[in-house]
Amino acid sequence: MDNLDLARWQFAITTVYHFLFVPVTIGLSAVVAWYHSAWVRRRRPDDLRLAKFFGKLFTINFALGLVTGLVQEFQFGMNWSSYSRFVGDIFGAPLALEALLAFFLESTFLGLWIFGWGRLPERLHAACMWIVHVGTLLSAYFILAANSFMQNPVGWRFNPDTGRAELTDFMAVLTNKVQLVTFPHIVTAAYMVGGATVMAVALWHLRRRDVGADAPMYRRSTRLGAIVTLVAAMGVGLTGDIQGKIMTDVQPMKMAAAEALYETSDGHAPFSLLTIGSLNGQEEKFAITVPSLLSFLATGHFDGTVQGINDLKKEYAQKYGEAGNPMTRDATYTPNIPLAYWSFRLMIGVGMSAALIALVVLWVTRGDRIPRARWWHWVLMATPLLPLFGNSFGWIFTEIGRQPWLVFGVYTTQSGVSPSVSAGDVVTSMVVYTLLYGALAVIEVKLFLKYVRAGAQPFEEPPKPDHHDDEDAELAFAY
Amino acid sequence: MELSTVWFVIIAVLWTGYFVLEGFDFGVGMLLPVLGRGGDAELTEKRRRVMINTIGPVWDGNEVWVITAAGAMFAAFPHWYATMFSAFYLPLLLILVALIVRALGIDYRPKRDEAQWRRNCDLAITFGSTVPAFVWGLAFTSVVRGLPINADKDFTGSLLDLFHPVAILGGLVTVALFLTHGALFTALKTMGPISDDARRVAARTGVVAAVLALVLLVLLGTSNGNAASWVTSVLAAAALVGSLVANSRDRNGWAFLGTFVAIALAVVTYFLMLFPNVMPSSTNPAWSLTTENASSTHYTLTIMTWVAVVFTPVVLLYQSWTYWIFRKRIGTQHLPATSSH
Ligand code: HDD
Ligand code: HEM
Ligand code: HEM
Repeated sequence: MDNLDLARWQFAITTVYHFLFVPVTIGLSAVVAWYHSAWVRRRRPDDLRLAKFFGKLFTINFALGLVTGLVQEFQFGMNWSSYSRFVGDIFGAPLALEALLAFFLESTFLGLWIFGWGRLPERLHAACMWIVHVGTLLSAYFILAANSFMQNPVGWRFNPDTGRAELTDFMAVLTNKVQLVTFPHIVTAAYMVGGATVMAVALWHLRRRDVGADAPMYRRSTRLGAIVTLVAAMGVGLTGDIQGKIMTDVQPMKMAAAEALYETSDGHAPFSLLTIGSLNGQEEKFAITVPSLLSFLATGHFDGTVQGINDLKKEYAQKYGEAGNPMTRDATYTPNIPLAYWSFRLMIGVGMSAALIALVVLWVTRGDRIPRARWWHWVLMATPLLPLFGNSFGWIFTEIGRQPWLVFGVYTTQSGVSPSVSAGDVVTSMVVYTLLYGALAVIEVKLFLKYVRAGAQPFEEPPKPDHHDDEDAELAFAY
Repeated sequence: MELSTVWFVIIAVLWTGYFVLEGFDFGVGMLLPVLGRGGDAELTEKRRRVMINTIGPVWDGNEVWVITAAGAMFAAFPHWYATMFSAFYLPLLLILVALIVRALGIDYRPKRDEAQWRRNCDLAITFGSTVPAFVWGLAFTSVVRGLPINADKDFTGSLLDLFHPVAILGGLVTVALFLTHGALFTALKTMGPISDDARRVAARTGVVAAVLALVLLVLLGTSNGNAASWVTSVLAAAALVGSLVANSRDRNGWAFLGTFVAIALAVVTYFLMLFPNVMPSSTNPAWSLTTENASSTHYTLTIMTWVAVVFTPVVLLYQSWTYWIFRKRIGTQHLPATSSH
């Protein structure tokens, strides 16, 4: 492995890891804010208990989202310095805006929320969590604008004197058509994770033998989570459908790779649910296909033409230079086909199965029913992971499908790596991150499960803000 | 003023914000084993919790200053960001590891009620506060002194180039300054015996910081200084001395303000020594990165300026408000029996 491979693996591992916590942060902050405001509005003790319960899970997760994000922020300069020089004029701005507009908001108001009991007026206190949520959305918007530029560069020009990309239209970057569908796709996919987590955790408690008087609370929460998951899944499907068309337009190779479609299909291209075979265009041992579906996904018509890998290879070669061009290591212009093929299917399949479970859960918890079968335990353990892994596969697909480009059609991945960093350095950081992230995963999962098991704590009237005139009174909610 | 100069100033402001704010929570973290010690295990635990609670609501917001500083460097001076972050590869890795374990130490400490767990978290907090305090000082001192950089703006040296004796002194100075800053913060934000102990610690570390800083500023000043940087150096030293005097008279607020100003002026001094370079090349001065040749285009800088002008005051406003909300001193008597967090 050379520096390039190592830097790629490192980016892939650390970003996928960061994005395990991101959707939970986005999804759960909305849920916590919802319950907290509900308590302020209707004074139902259960709402406050749930706000605090999910709030605790939220903070455990947020801490890891934060520290893994730090690594990302530094990583462009550390491992991808050539890339940073090349696109900094364009790419740096959304990153800086994300920090200034979103991260300050998130971290400051989360601090206020955690420590605000009895110190802030109630409404303001609940508003703090909403502000955190808005912060997560702003953060997603800016970072996705940066990523969308890499998928579909707009609002820029190449300056031959400096050899760098220059920004010409910032609004174009912020309203990139890829960005406009990616943002809702990601946010709804994150809500699926939040919804599925609430549903699974609440139902797990509802099924406990000693749930007693808490049953109505957990039932309501289960059903709220299920509904969020379902509604979000619809949003994910709708936006995903539009994304498919835009992707076919801006990166046709990615769509071809998603289906491992080697030869151009002049209409009614089938979509394979799974293939057993080599996916190299040679033999196909066994495949289950849905007629015309690929044509529809890619073009919106059941008889639309979908270009195949072989034709696109020729087309790309003409457009971007013949094979052997020093800008392209992978002169074939094709990404890793099996990886793209399978990650696309797993994104949809694994992710959407959470919606199916949500539907079943709504059915089995209707009235005052409680599903008792033993296997529900295992289903519930897996439920939050399904949309979470759906998210990971979605990113793996999007990023793998873009290869060999870093900025599509403009700048290749291999040109971006830091020239001054030695292989030993990259290996060192790789080993350090792997060990550290592994250990963190163990610690976080254990803590998370501990607090999931503990459940919502008994109701306690929160202290009133004026309470602090008493000099020696205890602090509420302190470290 | 050129926009690239404006951005040089903004980035100096961001790093200043980072060091004056995170500086005291690094200090509190480093002092955990020193000030967080009572006659018995129970008192020790209480004192540590008091200390962590003083920075509890604000440390994360303080840390965002470094993220913003890095992001702003990326946006306004891509070459500066690229050269500096790839040159300091291993030191930055160390900083990242430290910040990671520190954040989790603070956040996860109250989440398990076991003595061993808390000891591990305390270790993480202390390690995670000491390492960045040292490495940031080392890194910025190396940048000011100049590093081997070639015509392509790439760093060509090795790890050894970063560990020049003066740079190491720079690291020791930041550690000593942050220790004092953190002790004075603790003195200001707590009551009873912890506050008194913190004051005594600050008196001692403050003298060490003052002596080391004096040597450093003279050494760097003679090699890299200019008229303006000498002025700020002297003012920084004066603020530090003023802080120590205020501390000896038990004026907590003034003493803390003193280290606050001293650290801010020290950062300003560094940036004054740099300007108009952002990363001087020791290989060939012509290859230095400057505010001109490292910057983004006028268009990008214009947009960024508008955003910064509008939103930085907003951020300052709500961050200050947070400090106001949590302005009360805390003591061991305020702690609930178990942390409910
Ligand atoms: C779609 C959303 C999204 C994506 C694609 C990314 N992040 Fe992220 N990031 C968030 C959404 C987010 C968040 C929801 O705002 C987080 C997650 C947990 C948290 O603490 O905030 C966050 C945290 C977070 C932090 C810590 C913020 C703090 O201190 O509060 C940093 C520095 C980054 N991220 C940087 C990055 C970079 C450089 C990325 C690109 C590789 C990246 N993130 C991908
Ligand atoms: C929105 C912010 C993001 C940006 C700016 C971004 C940018 C990049 C960059 C610079 C690389 C390294 C070069 C390369 O190997 O291609 C990369 C690769 C990669 N990223 Fe992203 N990425 C982002 C988000 C994500 C997320 C959230 C994930 C997953 C959860 C992800 C998954 C990957 C993977 C798997 C690779 C490796 C692809 C490969 O090397 O073949 N990315 N991306
Ligand atoms: C009907 C179902 C779905 C369709 C048609 C669909 C479609 C797509 C497409 C075409 C892309 C690639 C966009 C591009 O690279 O330009 C994508 C990316 C992605 N998808 Fe999906 N998707 C579906 C379901 C899901 C589910 C269930 C999840 C997770 C819960 C998910 C999460 C993601 C993520 C995280 C990305 C990467 C970021 C992006 O480019 O948007 N998707 N999806």
